[in-house]
Amino acid sequence: MLEVIRSVPVEYYVYLSSVLFSIGVFGVLTRRNAIVVLMCIELMLNAVNLLLAAFSTYLSDAQGQIMVFFIMVVAAAEAAVGLGILVMIYRNTKSTDISLLDKLRN
Amino acid sequence: MTLAIFLTLAVISVITALLMVFAKSPVHSVLYLILTFFTIAGQYVLLNAQFLAVVHIIVYAGAIMVLFLFVLMLLNLNKDTEPQKSAGWRLAGAIAAGSLLVTMVGAMHGSIQIAGTEQSNPQVGLVENLGKVLFTDFVVPFEIAGILFLAAMVGAVLVGKKDLKV
Repeated sequence: MLEVIRSVPVEYYVYLSSVLFSIGVFGVLTRRNAIVVLMCIELMLNAVNLLLAAFSTYLSDAQGQIMVFFIMVVAAAEAAVGLGILVMIYRNTKSTDISLLDKLRN
Repeated sequence: MTLAIFLTLAVISVITALLMVFAKSPVHSVLYLILTFFTIAGQYVLLNAQFLAVVHIIVYAGAIMVLFLFVLMLLNLNKDTEPQKSAGWRLAGAIAAGSLLVTMVGAMHGSIQIAGTEQSNPQVGLVENLGKVLFTDFVVPFEIAGILFLAAMVGAVLVGKKDLKV
């Protein structure tokens, strides 16, 4: 039996992940720079990854950690495509301010 | 001892995540987020998921955050000229995120009944076991993930092209 299972309750990991996820949500809601918004999304994905890994260890089931790998794959693909789109937006608007992107409103 | 390490890593990760959100310069945000990722890798080591920790550092600190920094340098955005949202928006965001946190913690509090059993396998996060599971039970999703990567790569190159002639 692992030392961490004996001494750290699994609730602590739930609380830590919830706090990190909420910080990510706060960043997405309040920042205007698109790059920082993408970074906050990465933080939210990492909070979920941490919780999956913790449950995987506590249940000694490897499937949770496999799921973390697939989330990492999606995060890497998302970062690559998102930053590509961002460079394209910057070329057209000379800014990464997301509040300028309201062309669909009217 | 393990609890002390856990709490230290948790406090550092929360503080650096908050600094990441509140930093004025995007470059500082990237650097604080890298610190957060290192503390999360420490949590993985604590959970005896060593392979996950190494992959996490290589993929996030080594690839994704370098990509972010590269784009920041390319667009020359490393100055503090980002316009801020108004105080009302920030307050609304804080209330929304705080409500989400309270809801999640309230829903989870006391409802999780997981206790590690004495016969639990501590080798579950090591590379031998993970590789076996990945290439037997999850071989089809693994291949699909490869195709997703290829599609993302082609898409990123196509989106980034200067004058696209279809």
